[in-house]
Amino acid sequence: MVTELSCCLTPLVVITYNPRQLKLKTTMLKQLQELKLKALQELESIRDFKQLESWRIQYLGKKSSLTTMLRRLASLPLAERKTAGARANQVKADLEDSLRQKEQALREVQLATHVKAETIDITLPGRPAPTGRLHPITQTLNEICDIFAAMGFQVVEGPDVEWDYYNFEALNIPEEHPARDTMSTCWVETDSGERPMLLRTHTTSVSARTIERTTPPIRVVAPGKVYRYEASDATHVPMFHQVDGQVVDKGITMADLKGTLYEFARRFFGEERPVRFRCDYFPFVEPGVEMAIGCLVCDGQGCRLCGHSGWIEILGAGMTHPRVLQLGGIDPEIYSGFAFGIGIERLPMLRYGIDDIRLFYGSDLRFLRQF
Amino acid sequence: MKVPLKWLKEYIDVTLPPAELADRLTMAGIEAKGMQAIGGRWANVVVGRITAVNPHPNADRLHLPTVDVGTEQLTVVCGAPNLSVGDKIAFAFVGAELIDGHTGQRARLKTARIRGVASSGMVCSEKELGISDSHEGIMVLPPEAPVGTPLADYLGDTIFDLDVTPNRPDCLSVIGIAREVAALTGQSLRFPEVSYAETEPGIDRQISVEIADPDLCPRYCATLITGTRIAESPPWLQQRLLAGGLRPINNIVDVTNYVMLELGQPLHAFDYEKINGKKIIVRRATGGEILTSLDGVERTLSGNMLVIADAERAVAIAGVMGGANSEVTGETTSILLEAANFNPASIHYTGRHLALPSEACMRFERGIRPELTVPAIKRATRLMLKVGGGQAARGVADVYPGRQDHRPIRLQTDKVKRFLGAEFRPDQIAGTLSALGFDCKPAAPATEFMVTAPYWRNDISQAVDLIEEVARIIGYDKIPTTMLSQSLPPQNPDPVIGLKRKIRDRLVGYGFQEVITYSLTGLEMLNKLKPRTRVVEPMPIRLFNPMTAEQEYLRPNLRPNLLTALAANRRHEDGGIRLFELDKIYLRRRKDLPEEPEVLCGLMSGARNEPSWQGDGGGLDFFDVKGVVEGLLGQLSVEAGFAPGDDESLHPVKQAVIVVGGRRLGVIGELHPEVAGAFDITGTAYLFEIDVAALLPFTIEHKMFQPIPRFPDTVRDIALIVDAGVSHQQITDIIRGFPLVHRVAIFDVYSGGQVPPGKKSLAYRVTYQSPAHTLTDEEVNKVQQKILGRLARQLGATLRA
Repeated sequence: MVTELSCCLTPLVVITYNPRQLKLKTTMLKQLQELKLKALQELESIRDFKQLESWRIQYLGKKSSLTTMLRRLASLPLAERKTAGARANQVKADLEDSLRQKEQALREVQLATHVKAETIDITLPGRPAPTGRLHPITQTLNEICDIFAAMGFQVVEGPDVEWDYYNFEALNIPEEHPARDTMSTCWVETDSGERPMLLRTHTTSVSARTIERTTPPIRVVAPGKVYRYEASDATHVPMFHQVDGQVVDKGITMADLKGTLYEFARRFFGEERPVRFRCDYFPFVEPGVEMAIGCLVCDGQGCRLCGHSGWIEILGAGMTHPRVLQLGGIDPEIYSGFAFGIGIERLPMLRYGIDDIRLFYGSDLRFLRQF
Repeated sequence: MKVPLKWLKEYIDVTLPPAELADRLTMAGIEAKGMQAIGGRWANVVVGRITAVNPHPNADRLHLPTVDVGTEQLTVVCGAPNLSVGDKIAFAFVGAELIDGHTGQRARLKTARIRGVASSGMVCSEKELGISDSHEGIMVLPPEAPVGTPLADYLGDTIFDLDVTPNRPDCLSVIGIAREVAALTGQSLRFPEVSYAETEPGIDRQISVEIADPDLCPRYCATLITGTRIAESPPWLQQRLLAGGLRPINNIVDVTNYVMLELGQPLHAFDYEKINGKKIIVRRATGGEILTSLDGVERTLSGNMLVIADAERAVAIAGVMGGANSEVTGETTSILLEAANFNPASIHYTGRHLALPSEACMRFERGIRPELTVPAIKRATRLMLKVGGGQAARGVADVYPGRQDHRPIRLQTDKVKRFLGAEFRPDQIAGTLSALGFDCKPAAPATEFMVTAPYWRNDISQAVDLIEEVARIIGYDKIPTTMLSQSLPPQNPDPVIGLKRKIRDRLVGYGFQEVITYSLTGLEMLNKLKPRTRVVEPMPIRLFNPMTAEQEYLRPNLRPNLLTALAANRRHEDGGIRLFELDKIYLRRRKDLPEEPEVLCGLMSGARNEPSWQGDGGGLDFFDVKGVVEGLLGQLSVEAGFAPGDDESLHPVKQAVIVVGGRRLGVIGELHPEVAGAFDITGTAYLFEIDVAALLPFTIEHKMFQPIPRFPDTVRDIALIVDAGVSHQQITDIIRGFPLVHRVAIFDVYSGGQVPPGKKSLAYRVTYQSPAHTLTDEEVNKVQQKILGRLARQLGATLRA
């Protein structure tokens, strides 16, 4: 707009003075004033862009009286022309400014109306994205393996169907050992029947294999399914999961066992959860250890969940029995080790307050989707 | 093992409060599972003596006993049949809390008028006091019970319920627990009295003992009591047995059980008169030998079971149960008492095969020491004389072919530190072991000991066993906590483990819910997968001892459990269901463990999207399941093709095999309608199955970076008309074979309308690109003409007008 105006003003320079024009100047100044008032008044009542455009054409267009007046400035003497010109340009600038403001105001009103029309119910649910979930047992196994992996443990796996040897014999549980009675076994039919085959009763069988096949140092965890010949009820299922751990190296002590399992408990159950180590018996370790944590329900006060002891058993552990090392071809005079076995189902049951272990294997989406 | 505190206190002074004692035992390896206080609620109940019993004036069945309670004489109304003057009884004053004999509810005793006679108090039955369920008569206390003493002081006790681990049969006895308490608290132990008066002639002249199978019987001891009188046991003995969980039978049998609980050695009493030839032979049963055991059941024995026999026949199943033919009865006057030691494995075998688990059996199979027989038999003989009278023959018949003396074990104290990571002083170590009854002799060098286990321990054979003893008695909490400081072992993780995790995560991202189902399945379920043949082949691996027909076989595939899960969930889910399981299946191998390949199986059924106010995207179809598999394999960088399949469980034409590197690694397809029906699945379902382990080699490829194209590509669309039988794959194979073709994508499949019958229209977008320059129209036209030419020649394709 300013550029346009300066173009208009250029020819004024060549116009010369004339007395008749003095009157003209006074009139013109008056007209300018009136024009401005009128224009602003009209602008005030404008409500849309169409009216605004008509207004612009009327007051600022090429055929508007202001433009005409500006052209007529040429007929004024140079000195007059200067003041009148400045005045006319001022009026033009004021009108243009008001136009811009009006435009802005109208735009804001229009936007507000527009936006209002686009109102949505933000409480309606979103378009569903696919939401699958890992089984809570897989989640727990991953979590545990990750915790031990961070301590340098490698995850290893072994067969579910196992020779009696790796499940029992190699773990210092010979035939007719009373410990076999505590692990009711599912036996597998074989062609010849000479070499007894079973569904492993613990993943410690994987540790037995690892010890046999690996030259120390050994630092492994073995997650997997285990089986017992047991009828199902709220606390028993014939198939469940375990993570077995095994460390063998020079100079491994029971203090290392405690430190490693403390660290597991700290990361899995949290910093504040008390941990207790007590003597227990497993044929493949000596000394044997049971690790318990302070009851999650009663915080050690004693309740039904913890059998009023305040403690909940989490895992069995111990220093690897020298005989187990020997059977695996490792010299117990040089090497020592520790082992632990964690029952998995119990952990999410404690964490989420699940009261029936069978839910894990019922494949009910109403259960599985909660985790 | 139930251990009453009062009984324990006979052998050791216990100063710790019961709860603390329970905790100490638990920490040291004998878990106190429970603790029951007896008499904790016996306020206002005292020992009384019946001084008179008068009939009730208005009721035949009721009596009016007068009871001396020390401070006064009280007359109450009582219906019990066993009131007799002079008996000591438990008397409850008004206000006592008793268990109602009929309702079993606990209630406070109030003054009552019974048939016109006021009664303010009660003579109690065992049930009313909460001691047992007996409510037939009042409880009669021992004559020595002090009148006026609160019953809680006289009979109250704390019973520990202890979980004894299988390695500690010595702790299946009150004395064993007392020994533990002694070591834990530093108190000294009092061993019970075992002496008795012996009379001639000696036992050796009255019975001969022969062990024919010493491998199964290391030791056999016997004593003989004559002139005994079989009767009910005195109350103290009965109460001890009841507290220990055993039923009183008669004084002789009760003593054998009492000593078993006290010292841990099972004993057996024979009627001496019924032993033929006055000879005891310990031998293996002859195959098929029959013996009626004490419980009246006729048992057929096998040749590897051990029996106790007399000159003519078996009279007991060794260590498991006595025979009816030599049983102690009310007429018995002479007792041949046995304390023997048997081979644990043999007892375990016999007990299991005859399904006769017993307290004796449990102790023998865990392996008790042969040294235990003599103190136990002497203790029992003494008690039998005390409760049944009579005379004991001089001596103990003792045949002991299986001596197994403890050898001293060398214990280096620095080994204790090396093993536990805790420093204990040599005197601390020796002191702890000595407190447990171990003999610790200093050896050279001074940091070493020669340690011999006490006779009752059979779980000590190596130095680590001694180290455990030190650790558990001093306390595991005294051992420090350290992190592993050794250098990290090299890591060589099995890539399948990572692949499984990757696949599970991907499928979860595709909206699939993971399930885990039992590895066992039933034949009926597997047969449902075979609508044509109805036979599973090859036969899956069977369990030798299946629990149910539904869990009889190791699954040869993941399908039946997943299909069952789908059907079950469909009952409450109306939207789309997507399930998968990734786990092992079990395939038979000759003379070896089964093959256990990791398999992925997925199912999808119902709506494409979850039901929403914006619709559910319609029903799933074959191309949804194919898309999942293509997406999954694509992300694993596996190039897969699809070929027509012939899986019996799938829809005959809506199925395909997944071909990777020329190998068939899986299938996809719509579930065969008959299979769906057999599993009660409503609607169509789509299945995919991939052999994950076989996939592994194809996922480990060396990817090469492809530079981002520097020159623009040229895109051309072509719509082809071909015979309906021509496949998309045939067309794209041809197009891809040409140079400059960068990408081929199908964007429309159409038949009907302007397309002639028997034909179909396929529309492709072909992207041409050169890595070297910007393609000109002429270049592209030239290639496209060649493509169209070959499509026309080989497939009869024409351009759609």
